[in-house]
Amino acid sequence: MGRVVLVTGISRDIGRRFARSAASDPSIDRVIGVDVVPPRGDIGDVSFVRADIRTPVIAKVLAKEDVDTVVHMSVIATPGSAGGRNTMKELNVMGTMQLLAACQKSPGVERVVVKSTTTVYGASSRDPAMFTEEMGPKRLPSSGYAKDVYEVEGYVRGFARRRPDVAVTMIRAANVIGPHVSSPITSYFRLPVVPRVLGFDPRLQFLHEDDLLDVLRHAVVAGAPGTFNVAGDGMLLLSQAVRRLGKPSVALPGVAVGRLGSTLRQARVADFSPEQLGFLTYGRGVDTTRMRTELGFEPRFSTASAFADFGASLGAPRRVPPEPPPARVASGGARG
Amino acid sequence: MAESERPRPEGADVVPIGTSGRPGRGTGKKRPSAAARNLAPSPRKPTRPTPVKAARPAPVPLDEPAEAAEQPAATRPSTTTEERHPLAGIPVGDWLHAFQHAAVELFGEQWERRLAELMAFLRRRLSGDYTVDEYGFDAELTERFFMAALRPIADKWFRVEVRGADNIPATGGALVVSNHSGTVPVDGLMTMVAVHDTTGRFLRPLGADLVFKLPVVSSLARKGGATLACSEDAERMLSGGELVGVWPEGFKGIGKPFGERYKLQRFGRGGFVSAALRTGVPIVPLSVVGAEEIYPMVGNLPNLARLLGMPYIPITPTFPLLGPLGMVPLPSKWLLEFGEPIRTDEYDAVEAEDPMLVFDVTDQVRETIQQTLYTLLRDRESVFR
Repeated sequence: MGRVVLVTGISRDIGRRFARSAASDPSIDRVIGVDVVPPRGDIGDVSFVRADIRTPVIAKVLAKEDVDTVVHMSVIATPGSAGGRNTMKELNVMGTMQLLAACQKSPGVERVVVKSTTTVYGASSRDPAMFTEEMGPKRLPSSGYAKDVYEVEGYVRGFARRRPDVAVTMIRAANVIGPHVSSPITSYFRLPVVPRVLGFDPRLQFLHEDDLLDVLRHAVVAGAPGTFNVAGDGMLLLSQAVRRLGKPSVALPGVAVGRLGSTLRQARVADFSPEQLGFLTYGRGVDTTRMRTELGFEPRFSTASAFADFGASLGAPRRVPPEPPPARVASGGARG
Repeated sequence: MAESERPRPEGADVVPIGTSGRPGRGTGKKRPSAAARNLAPSPRKPTRPTPVKAARPAPVPLDEPAEAAEQPAATRPSTTTEERHPLAGIPVGDWLHAFQHAAVELFGEQWERRLAELMAFLRRRLSGDYTVDEYGFDAELTERFFMAALRPIADKWFRVEVRGADNIPATGGALVVSNHSGTVPVDGLMTMVAVHDTTGRFLRPLGADLVFKLPVVSSLARKGGATLACSEDAERMLSGGELVGVWPEGFKGIGKPFGERYKLQRFGRGGFVSAALRTGVPIVPLSVVGAEEIYPMVGNLPNLARLLGMPYIPITPTFPLLGPLGMVPLPSKWLLEFGEPIRTDEYDAVEAEDPMLVFDVTDQVRETIQQTLYTLLRDRESVFR
């Protein structure tokens, strides 16, 4: 008897694609997608249930469908797609609370997988070079996506304490990038001229979209409890990334980049989120040792190759595949 | 003045017979007679010979006398003074030769290979085709650009002399602990160059918060191999087998007044010792003499510093007074002595939590550096020699 997986946030592209890839996994019996609006694309074998995770209806869905694994993917990053910051916060925080409350009451739930993000670590000048899973942000996020994620993670940890019999896996994914991803970071790189913060060259880490789907499926099947940073190996500097795209960039003072970002957001040109300014100033690196040792997952794309794949979709010149990173980087990932 | 008003001879081939173009009667002597010299126009203006000089590599016209070309100041050119484009008429072969010569001057004998390497380097930089490590360290840029730019300063300006370089382990993690001085952390840069040139290893400095807050400085620091001075990064680098440099005095050290030179300040909470104890790497004490005198800090503007969020705004005998010229460091003679490594691998990682042990080791490192400083100061002939 295979698993019955419930996926939230299926109306968004990444949720839908995960649901489809999970449905094709032999060890997964059935996949139920939940969202308030129907998914736009083809969902294949996935059965769609129209339900709002912000209401107690979700508990009934869990009970009726005999769900044993819940994959929570509906924490959204930008208010643009949800229709305003209030709706976004409502969806993210209230949705998570209701979903976890439903899971707590449902005896059949054995595994909960939450797709979180490395944005939860924040980005500041006082950050360590590489964040491990035990570390928290240097400054608590005061607003926006980062705050939502921080609160969501808090609720998830509370749930894990209250239901120790449930294996709770939290995947802190680095910035997801790929030809089909539309996110603040991809819309940033899709701008014709990339604005940079003057005098700063942040370190970036990417996770390829296929690897995100793989790691979530791996978490569903393997069920290793804990919190895991997931990112491609290696680092790219922003200046380097822009050069690899072959795009022009312009360096502006930080304030001007923030102003430009909010203008672009209002004009709906790019989904530029405020916490992205910090990220584009100071950058962030996460340690992925635990991803390998405990979760047992190996991403197929490195940061550089994931970015090259994204760049190819933008029509950047395909160059020779980048040489493997020096031993120093490789040992950084494998260190115990 | 008078000369410029003189009607110039027309054409290139008007050469007065017999005098080789010199004033006088053509007596055949090198020097014209006094009378003839008086006839000659007043001393030449310095601007006058320039067109002649600029056109010098040009092939000399056949009918021009050889001496005229050799001593242009003493003779009057009899040839034309018609304006020519300075680049016109230089054969391609000469250009090639000059280029080759310049390339050999710049890159040495194997200039073709070196030039190709340089072009490849530039191409890689422009296409973003290089790798950085997890701290943002760009080894290629550091070696080819930062080190190359700093090396002449270390060798020629400060004449850095390194002693005890064999105390730096050739492989594996180690922590270089140094005194800090000089108002501007030039000593860190010079230590990086000295370590790289004597051992071939990159010193990875741990920098203060401020370094990573400042624009430009922060990105240069990360590319040069620095990371934030926090226990997480220090331990990560040390366990990764890097050679890490730390200046535990921090701003108290570099920002101390000139009168307190070579007096070690407090070594913080000994966080660097805990990091070394936890990772079991040796501590190499480093004493730097000479850095104190590069910018003798005689005053401070604490209120302005607070306003700008800086730890201090220095006043040196030259700094605000001479403007940007005051930012040129004084050329003091530098001595760097690496001391005997202090082993930490005989302690347990648990003992890193023992504050007494941490303070003991901190004091031991501090005393070693202070005593070596006194010895080096006695050895030094004078500040500048």
